[in-house]
Amino acid sequence: MLIETTGLTKAFGGLTAVDDVDVGIEEGKITAIIGPNGAGKSTLFNVISGFHSSTNGKITFNGEDITKKKAFNIAKLGIARTFQTTNLFEQATVMDNVVIGHRLRTKSGVFDALLQTPRLKREERACREKAEEVLTFVGLQKESDRLVSDISQEAKKRAAFAVALATDPKIVFLDEPAAGVNPEETGGLVALMRKMVNNGLTVCLIEHKMQMIMELADHIVVLNQGKKIAEGTPEEIQNNDTVIQAYLGGGEEAADAH
Amino acid sequence: MSMIKRNRIALIFLLVALMAPLFTDNQYYLYIVTLSFIWTIAVYGMNLIGGYTGQLSLAHAGFFAIGAYSLGLLTVDANVPYWFAFVLACLITTVVGFFVGLIALRTKEHFFAIYTLCVGYIIYLVIYQWDELTGGVRGLIGVPPPSPIGPISFESAESNYYLVLAFLVLVFVFMKFLTESLIGRTYVAIRNSEELAQTIGINTMRQKLVSFVISTFLAGLAGALYASFVRFLGPEISYTMTTFDMLTYLIVGGIGTLYGPLVGTFLIVTITQSLQFMEEYRMLIFGPLLVFLVIFYPRGIVGGIQMWKAKRQFKKRQKMKRTSSTSTHEGGD
Ligand SMILES: Nc1ncnc2c1ncn2[C@@H]1O[C@H](COP(=O)(O)OP(=O)(O)O)[C@@H](O)[C@H]1O
Ligand SMILES: [Mg+2]
Repeated sequence: MLIETTGLTKAFGGLTAVDDVDVGIEEGKITAIIGPNGAGKSTLFNVISGFHSSTNGKITFNGEDITKKKAFNIAKLGIARTFQTTNLFEQATVMDNVVIGHRLRTKSGVFDALLQTPRLKREERACREKAEEVLTFVGLQKESDRLVSDISQEAKKRAAFAVALATDPKIVFLDEPAAGVNPEETGGLVALMRKMVNNGLTVCLIEHKMQMIMELADHIVVLNQGKKIAEGTPEEIQNNDTVIQAYLGGGEEAADAH
Repeated sequence: MSMIKRNRIALIFLLVALMAPLFTDNQYYLYIVTLSFIWTIAVYGMNLIGGYTGQLSLAHAGFFAIGAYSLGLLTVDANVPYWFAFVLACLITTVVGFFVGLIALRTKEHFFAIYTLCVGYIIYLVIYQWDELTGGVRGLIGVPPPSPIGPISFESAESNYYLVLAFLVLVFVFMKFLTESLIGRTYVAIRNSEELAQTIGINTMRQKLVSFVISTFLAGLAGALYASFVRFLGPEISYTMTTFDMLTYLIVGGIGTLYGPLVGTFLIVTITQSLQFMEEYRMLIFGPLLVFLVIFYPRGIVGGIQMWKAKRQFKKRQKMKRTSSTSTHEGGD
């Protein structure tokens, strides 16, 4: 397992958003986290990526305990993520947004800028080349000079992927990558996630589009009210009674609540 | 060649600034322009942390005053050689800035602004109340002018003008190098979204602290220059109003832009001087002007010009595209 949580718990005051969750994310596979709104999926991502500190439990990455690590250090280990709402800098170009994604692999500081050192020049070039590489990978090379505010919702999703990929990750966590994107474009994003895995990445995503999950995921983890209620292959999940009752069966209810 | 072309605006500014004293015998004008250059340096500090890094500091008049009073006290009371005192004054401000930043940066956004506002006020109170050290309301009199560097002495208004200009040029070049580099981009990434910056592996606390410390250094540098230029110090330079004056310069010129501090400070300082006869009523002009700018030009004069230029370039490109190719581009949302 590339990432493993044991007894992971996150409480906000009286509310236990993630409750005693054990999940394992296998290297080179696509793992999907599903569950109704408010199930604690995003919170699980936030805790794993060091964004929120956990209340209890343990997270390991390649066997190394990362439970207490800060978000920026976790990113340096090779764990990248996107947010449910893309928070790109809308007034800047796609390129400018992505270039900074590689900053964590550079060492230049204020004095390098003051003295215009060769190291700074080299690292700036490396960041730019990395950005070009990942923009080509996600299929945005033509959009790279456009402002983020000018590109489509789907292109923004791709740009957010590119930012995550520029960090040279081993695993990417994608929070609802296809939300707000029409069905044809969803297909493109699915293909892109497959491509990521084929390139040796591990992908873990949160998604509501069931059809997409069933054809894409190798492994599915189901959360409900902070608890893991099931996990398994898509077939197993589709035939799991608990899941059908708690989630798929209550589908209309969840949709109404939303 | 291309370097000259790329920086032609800065070079034109520099040329005009270098020749300005040749065109006027009026010492008063020169005095005002020198003063505006000094404030520009401090506003650059405010711009770095507030404009680029997104953490608006309202303690900068305080840091300016720490630089000024450090130089004044070291030269007047402690008889430290001028340039040594000058370096020490900058250093003292930077060290205070480091410790203030260490605590203040635990807060964010408007909490940071309020916190630093309080820090600024405390600095004012200390200067005002600590009579034995600072002279309190009476102020500090007789700060010496900069001592000569080799054959160059700084007795005349012109020589002081050129000294301050030299520092301003250094600060400008530093800011240009910094803000256009990967490091500057890192600050802007933090301004855009601290969450995102953290998830892409940026140690935001550390980056903000470095940015804040540099910004206090610049305020202290400006303060030290001010002390030996005006040669009298009163506690009012550290007062909250001074911070808001600086903020006005920054907003009018363009917060988060390289030229903003230069343009804003020069314009407002010179206009304020020519409206001196109106006394406090001049705020009747500045108030509405400021409101207008914040609503329609949030990035000030320089930001407005940049936006206009970008639009023009975009139109040009669109035209070229339409005439040269048949491929259509999907429209964004
Ligand atoms: N920062 C927070 N502070 C307090 N409560 C939160 C916070 N983030 C999430 N929650 C709560 O935790 C629960 C799970 O939320 P979330 O993880 O966003 O669910 P989802 O599965 O829809 O992504 C919700 O009840 C939400 O209100
Ligand atoms: Mg969510």
